[in-house]
Amino acid sequence: MRRVVITGMGVFASAGKDVESFFSNLVNARSAICRITQFDPSSLCVQIGAEVPDYKPADYFPLKRLDLLDRFAQFGLLAAREAVQSSGIEVRDEERPRFGVVMGSGMGGVGTFDGECFNLYAKKATRLHPFTIPKIMHNAATSQMCMEHGARGPSFSTSTACSSAGHAIGEAFHLIKFGIADVMLTGGSDAPITYGMVRCWESVRVLATGNSDPSRACRPFSADREGFVLGEGAGVLLLEELEHAKERGARIHAEIAGYGMTSDAGHITQPSVDGPARAMRMALEEAAVNPEEVDYINAHGTGTRLNDVTETQAIKEVFGGHARSLAISSTKSMHGHAMGATGAVELVATALAIERGVVLPTANYAAPDPECDLDYVPNAAREKPVRVAISNSFAFGGLNAVLLLRRV
Amino acid sequence: MENNVAEKVIDIIAREQHFQPGVVKLDSTFAELGIDSLDAVNILFALESEFKIDIPDAVAQNMRSVRQAVDSLTRVLEGKDVSDLVAMAKGGTQAAGG
Repeated sequence: MRRVVITGMGVFASAGKDVESFFSNLVNARSAICRITQFDPSSLCVQIGAEVPDYKPADYFPLKRLDLLDRFAQFGLLAAREAVQSSGIEVRDEERPRFGVVMGSGMGGVGTFDGECFNLYAKKATRLHPFTIPKIMHNAATSQMCMEHGARGPSFSTSTACSSAGHAIGEAFHLIKFGIADVMLTGGSDAPITYGMVRCWESVRVLATGNSDPSRACRPFSADREGFVLGEGAGVLLLEELEHAKERGARIHAEIAGYGMTSDAGHITQPSVDGPARAMRMALEEAAVNPEEVDYINAHGTGTRLNDVTETQAIKEVFGGHARSLAISSTKSMHGHAMGATGAVELVATALAIERGVVLPTANYAAPDPECDLDYVPNAAREKPVRVAISNSFAFGGLNAVLLLRRV
Repeated sequence: MENNVAEKVIDIIAREQHFQPGVVKLDSTFAELGIDSLDAVNILFALESEFKIDIPDAVAQNMRSVRQAVDSLTRVLEGKDVSDLVAMAKGGTQAAGG
């Protein structure tokens, strides 16, 4: 059976514009959540987000290229550059048909769409920009990455809200495992912090409103939690078939050994215990790993009551007594909920836990909740050998994706 | 009028393509300037917005050089008959395959 390993990682997100700064911020429990700067948020109830700080697109792209890149595609390209560069891979021409890209995005180019709708409806524009469609389509990041890196193999995009990256990475993993591809760039990117999107999310009443102290706004698993904080950015991993990686002497961060995906088929916004539990079991089964072997779970951990309680119950159901000896953390407390990117950014955190023996913390944990009574690695990173870890993504719509990593 | 239009067209093409001044000349073809079919659609959008006119698709498809753009635009601006351009455009290129 072909095995699949991570040989390159890239992060371009609120908590860091590369993997090292991302790790250094998270290991010190530094939150990237701030007052929104992309537009004036004064008229909003929720005025905070996890934005990529001080981001100037022209520092990274020629102006001509930028004309065709929504912010979400820019983030994907930037994370992909780091993943490719750090992997040291040089894909040969004859290998390109077996080199593909699968990226997730929940919202695609919603910023561009928002702007054009404003031009149409509010400013009564009679014509709209011809680049709107190629910028807003959900596969724009995937296609731009294919073009930049010459990936001519199996490529597509996924859109399953908060699980988009989890599904993307899982599908890319399977493409290699089942012999369809040898090298894949995969992850997720999203840039959903627009005036319109924040208003939409506000109306669902799931966002934290800690405007006075943004860095403490997101408090997953803590009894005083208020909800999640919208984030943005991208995470990209370079996956490679194990022998392919060994042949070129690649540095291996971790092996992807299992992928579980299920549907709650219950409610469009309320998560179930059963769907997530089955997804975790499915990932364990594919990897042929016993629940007791898992050392760390990077939780979906949004910081909403519904998520945190059901995720805790699902973990107990799958891991039984071992649930209490597991380390569980929600790094969303620091990088926010980057929607379609979040699963990729969190898988990088999970791979770093395996590679460096450091579990990143759940920041802002203040008060125990009787319904969330496991070890959430509160407030401080922890040195701990991690051999096997899972990363959970549970989406609105009840679509769940769980990835299992193993030390090689 | 035509000189004025030519100047404006050259400026707009240069601006949309992020070219330095002097790169775009009246005799340049779009191919020479590296303007692909999607770039051309963008240029049309800019010309339409700037001159506040609608350029019919068939006329648009006939614009493959700066001079053609200036000529076609001038005729549209002067309200002249463009049916010959429409006829010529049959089999012209489109920006996207959808």
